[in-house]
Amino acid sequence: MACILDRAFANQPALVAFLTCGDPDLPTTREIILAAIRGGADVIELGVPFSDPLADGPVIQRASERALKHNTSLRDVIEVAASIRREDAPRCREVGLVIFSYLNPLVQMGLEKFAAAAAAAGVDGVLATDMPVEESAEYRATMQRHGLAPIFLVAPTSTDERLRKIASVARGFIYAVSRTGVTGERQQLPEDAQKLVKRLRKFTKLPIAVGFGISSGEQVKAITGFADAAVVGSAIVKMIEQNPGHEAAVVEEFVRALKGKC
Amino acid sequence: MSTARGTTAKTAKAKTAKAAGTTKAVPGRFGMYGGRYVPETLMAALEELEAAYAAAKKDRPFQRELTELQQKFAGRPTPLFFAQRLTKHLGGAKIYLKREDLLHTGAHKINNCIGQALLARRMKKTRIIAETGAGQHGVATATVCALFGFECVVYMGEEDMRRQELNVFRMRLLGAEVRGVSSGSRTLKDAINEAMRDWVTNVRDTHYLLGSVLGAHPYPTMVRDFHRVIGREARAQILKAEGKLPTAILACVGGGSNAIGIFYDFLGDKKVKLIGVEAGGRSMKLGDHAARFLGGVPGVLQGTFSYVLQDAAGQVSLTHSVSAGLDYPSIGPEHAWLADIGRAVYVSASDAEALEALVLLARKEGIIAALESAHAVAELIKRAPKMKKSEVVIVNVSGRGDKDIGILRENLKLEGK
Repeated sequence: MACILDRAFANQPALVAFLTCGDPDLPTTREIILAAIRGGADVIELGVPFSDPLADGPVIQRASERALKHNTSLRDVIEVAASIRREDAPRCREVGLVIFSYLNPLVQMGLEKFAAAAAAAGVDGVLATDMPVEESAEYRATMQRHGLAPIFLVAPTSTDERLRKIASVARGFIYAVSRTGVTGERQQLPEDAQKLVKRLRKFTKLPIAVGFGISSGEQVKAITGFADAAVVGSAIVKMIEQNPGHEAAVVEEFVRALKGKC
Repeated sequence: MSTARGTTAKTAKAKTAKAAGTTKAVPGRFGMYGGRYVPETLMAALEELEAAYAAAKKDRPFQRELTELQQKFAGRPTPLFFAQRLTKHLGGAKIYLKREDLLHTGAHKINNCIGQALLARRMKKTRIIAETGAGQHGVATATVCALFGFECVVYMGEEDMRRQELNVFRMRLLGAEVRGVSSGSRTLKDAINEAMRDWVTNVRDTHYLLGSVLGAHPYPTMVRDFHRVIGREARAQILKAEGKLPTAILACVGGGSNAIGIFYDFLGDKKVKLIGVEAGGRSMKLGDHAARFLGGVPGVLQGTFSYVLQDAAGQVSLTHSVSAGLDYPSIGPEHAWLADIGRAVYVSASDAEALEALVLLARKEGIIAALESAHAVAELIKRAPKMKKSEVVIVNVSGRGDKDIGILRENLKLEGK
């Protein structure tokens, strides 16, 4: 499965699109993902809504609340992934699919059961926001046994020692957080991001994707000048929030414009 | 969906622990509970805090300053008071009250705040943030920030700001900024989420002064250590007063800081029963209470692995308690472990029982306890009459009830008395 991720980053630079599954509902989520794929997204991050999204800013918090109003579950997210893989449309088999979740829903499902189901659905990797590398031995082993890439975050506050540790166990790609803070759009890209990618590069050959706060084509262009991929999340989620009824069309156009800047 | 539920409690726990990868003994673990589950951005800050605390623990001048402030600023030691009329009224065990309500700011919370403020100064942080439920931790934090000259921001759920209005004013009077939190149930859990969002953003110059034995390592251990003084004093005081150890110690448990504080120095005294009292709320239905040991299953919330009130999909439940300080869906990981190994037992008292207990204590002893502490008194009312007159029981009166007057006026009809 991880080889799909390898290919997704092979046509560098890549665009990673995040959305919260179940916002506004699961059928629409599916349509938006297909639209993002048509628009040129190389990897889709399937956000699992959680009741206590402490790493997220207001936009993704609101999306989680909307998704939880009709009880969108981890199971549902896995089923969305499976339904994308069943599609005949171009690139639905080649796009990278990553589950992006807080740890507790995975723990409650059971890591083994989760990994088996996600792998069977065609998911390539998993990122658990609140799973630091120190606590992750068994988690990683379980994911990898099922062919899922355990993806980790690095942050501007990560020491070189931590970067080395993370790089040595991460698979698929490494998600570099552009700045300290929660998810959400920012006007300006911090210098932190480029410095972090430079520091991390010493320790890994894996693709490095930079995310948090990226919302414009200009920012994507700047990011992909020094990193392998840009992650766009809150900006997409905000579009979904602001365009009820025609979410997919708007996201497709947005993603196409961003991909054009890669 | 198959979850930890459905099998027996014990195997479910073991399975969930395995799922979280928590079977190895490492610092910050209490059995399989505890750990450090936070976004990467905070990891360096937690490592820094852990190192600073480890150094401070061995540093004589730090410990001397801590002790001096505990005594001269906060008013330690607190008395262990023999509750003569309440003992007579309940007709069983001899009742002693550990008077943490007499501390400066009105609750045990100041013990931890002094310790962490000293640490923040040591780490050269300039800004302190905190969450608060009942407002007692917020007031204690605002107090030490005024004392040390830190910028101070306190996050508080809007529901709690409403019901603990007096403490909101006290914090502002002390120079703190109180930021209302309108997400979720607008209570303690949501205030912690918001404080963590602030911390993840301003981590370089900000110390998060977490107010209970919750969160990621080293908080549960460090906060416990700052509150251990309660049990250390109580043990010496009861030996002096009675020449023997108590049969039981009762304390309320929200996150569990006052309980672990009074329990800890008695852990080795196997004959002393340690009893934690959770908030039973208005009913035993999920969402109506905060009794984690009755309805919770192990999971990860806000940095630690412990019992969590949640649904089968792992979404955290709303909780209810008349007492804002106990209104939280998880519990300190050390309590989870003490419950599993049977060293402490956890029971619950309903809103109504706590209110009744508060009135009884006020009228028999002239002490208006906080609604949180009144939950421990409620368990005392059930338990003391069944105990022998030769037995001794200690109740930790963790805070005073002035902050609760508004809620009490809404809930109690006292006309004619």
